[in-house]
Amino acid sequence: MQTPYLLFTLLILSVLAYFIGKRRSVTVVEGALRELHSLPAYYGYYTALWGLIPALFLMLVWLSFEPTWLAHQTVASLPEEIKSLPSSKLNLQLNNIKNVAAGLQVSQRVDPLIVEAAEHYNRLRKISNFALTLVVLTCSLTGIWLAHKKINKDYRARNVVEKIMTGLMILASTIAIFTTVGIVASVVFESLLFFRQVPFFDFLFGLEWSPQTALRADQVGSSGAFGAVPLFAGTLLISSIALIVAVPIGLMSAIYLSEFAGSKFRSTAKPTLEILAGIPTVVYGFFAALTVAPFIRETGELWGWVVSSESALAAGLVMGIMIIPFVSSLSDDVINAVPQSLRDAAYALGATQAETIKQIILPAALPGIVGSILLAASRAIGETMIVVMAAGLAANLTANPLEAVTTVTVQIVTLLVGDQEFDSPKTLSAFALGLMLFVVTLALNVIALHIVRKYREQYE
Amino acid sequence: MNTVTQSKPESVSRMKTLINKSMSAKPVNFQGEMGATVGSIHADNPRITCRNVNVFYAENHAIQDINLDIGTNEVISLIGPSGCGKSTFLRCLNRMNDTVEGCRVSGEIKIDDVDVYSKHLDVVPLRAQVGMVFQKPNPFPKSIYDNIAYGPKIHGLASTKAELDQIVESSLRKAGLWDEVKDRLDQPGTGLSGGQQQRLCIARTLSVEPEVILMDEPCSALDPIATAKIEQLIDELRQRYTIAIVTHSMQQAARVSQRTAYFHLGKLIEVGKTSDVFTNPLHELTQDYITGRFG
Ligand SMILES: Nc1ncnc2c1ncn2[C@@H]1O[C@H](COP(=O)(O)OP(=O)(O)OP(=O)(O)O)[C@@H](O)[C@H]1O
Ligand SMILES: [Mg+2]
Repeated sequence: MQTPYLLFTLLILSVLAYFIGKRRSVTVVEGALRELHSLPAYYGYYTALWGLIPALFLMLVWLSFEPTWLAHQTVASLPEEIKSLPSSKLNLQLNNIKNVAAGLQVSQRVDPLIVEAAEHYNRLRKISNFALTLVVLTCSLTGIWLAHKKINKDYRARNVVEKIMTGLMILASTIAIFTTVGIVASVVFESLLFFRQVPFFDFLFGLEWSPQTALRADQVGSSGAFGAVPLFAGTLLISSIALIVAVPIGLMSAIYLSEFAGSKFRSTAKPTLEILAGIPTVVYGFFAALTVAPFIRETGELWGWVVSSESALAAGLVMGIMIIPFVSSLSDDVINAVPQSLRDAAYALGATQAETIKQIILPAALPGIVGSILLAASRAIGETMIVVMAAGLAANLTANPLEAVTTVTVQIVTLLVGDQEFDSPKTLSAFALGLMLFVVTLALNVIALHIVRKYREQYE
Repeated sequence: MNTVTQSKPESVSRMKTLINKSMSAKPVNFQGEMGATVGSIHADNPRITCRNVNVFYAENHAIQDINLDIGTNEVISLIGPSGCGKSTFLRCLNRMNDTVEGCRVSGEIKIDDVDVYSKHLDVVPLRAQVGMVFQKPNPFPKSIYDNIAYGPKIHGLASTKAELDQIVESSLRKAGLWDEVKDRLDQPGTGLSGGQQQRLCIARTLSVEPEVILMDEPCSALDPIATAKIEQLIDELRQRYTIAIVTHSMQQAARVSQRTAYFHLGKLIEVGKTSDVFTNPLHELTQDYITGRFG
């Protein structure tokens, strides 16, 4: 049986097991349910889990060792002259065999030896598959039978099921943690490779970014300059412009929505604002490039300023519009969550609405507001499309928002698109940039957390 | 429709009498069994006058046709079963009901001859003048000191730090909380116990020196000693202020108030001198309530 079918059969079995277990528990006490330690459904879950989990575990182990075993057996059946090849060549042959076995015609004339080996490989696979089906189903049925036998009126099925569920939840949460650790580890590892070729401090403090390296030894020119400062400066510039736009507008609309607007207006205005977050960034990108950037250039020329057709200002402004709903929607929620009794207390002292908002409500809602700004900031830092389209690719080191700049994420994209050698410093630098970005956002989060801890006014 | 055309003369005459009845009932409705308030609604030297006050929460007619005067230098206690509208009535007097969505108030309330519900009235000075202690303690999530100092600060009552300190200390002393918190004024007010929070809220109200004080069950979480302290405070405050207090304790009402008003299901049933109401209630419902036969 193929793996998906096997899985499906297992599921059906465990559903059946649920009903068997439930029935069994009811018959054990002859319908006097109060005598049972747990509710009948728990005996059902208990039986079902016994039919499912050991069998699944067995299957997982089997499937992870199967390829190694298959390869080993296939190689063992090969004639001595191939067996004694160096391992890289041997692997090549093995791949050939697998391809032929899978029915992929690699080339017209195939060595009969290989064909024979491929047939052997297929036979082995069939055997393994059959054995797997047999073992897994037996395991499942045994599990169900054992569980079924164990059910009696004093058996604490609920406690067992709850323990297993707790275990599953722990497993689920560790999956997320391990994935994060894995990603960070791989990025760190690749970055270390990069720093072996480019000194760490040159990367961190270098003022020039031009990652073009010579592909062939005889090519002239660029040996590559990997100074990340212009990229981080560009990111900082664009994100700051975006936040300068989004934070005041977002906060004020949040305050208006939660403190002044009637519930009717609020219930229509809020979803409308949230639509902004749903517009694809590409659309924002061409809005920035085709509408905002030319407008800024023309306005600049009116004043006699030199404005490049791609500017940090255009990208930042549009990005700011994009992240308004992150600030407004979340802040509105937290401001609304501040208890009415606090407002009442301030009003009853004769505080005006402005005083109440400034001195009572905003401090109480501060953690949520900072959280929403952080979320908006991380969106701004990570945004790529708008920058590519409206701010350009040139890594200028400038604080002038009217010039073209580029950001870390944009550079990571341009470094990795197209054909690349995977061990050239150019490619590896993308990982180093990613690592730096990760460190920076982490630091931002930690700082914000600290600020919130220090200034929050905790209500109950 | 059919019935109307059949018995037209009779129904017309009935409508006429109905209209006449409601017209004549215009100023104060003392007719009918339930609509009437027994006892005297008038105070000697009235400072607050309420006429035909009705409050609706959306469809719910929470209080109906209340007529009541509250005198200067008088403590009036509002008693009645839970949900009868005592808090609602109290919240009308400083327009705290404005913050409740869907709440509508009709009728006339005057404080010092100023119409509280007039379109031209600015509620901010009104609320500074009419202070309120809420039923549930609601300290700000700020330090104990800032809880008290907040009101004086926004009204500019203190020009120096020393003056502010003085106000904070005296307010806390009046509420009988000073000794318990004087060493931890910088700790959050929300960290106090329920009874301490209640006294903190009383002190906060006192800090802005309102002329009228509305207290909604200010002693519900207090021990007998703290309660006695607050009652003594109320007695002192009476010399200068007007006080309305909601309480579920008959003894407390008897101890602190000069007049008592009994509410029942949104109606004001009986008002009178406290001594009269407790010893010689005029209305059956009042009697049932104060003798504990209610419910
Ligand atoms: N915010 C509100 N929204 C809707 N209805 C309300 C609101 N506040 C009070 N009510 C209703 O108004 C009526 C009177 O309530 P109120 O709080 O004035 O009672 P109370 O006499 O203070 O009772 P208690 O002694 O329990 O405090 C009740 O029926 C209550 O359900
Ligand atoms: Mg109440």
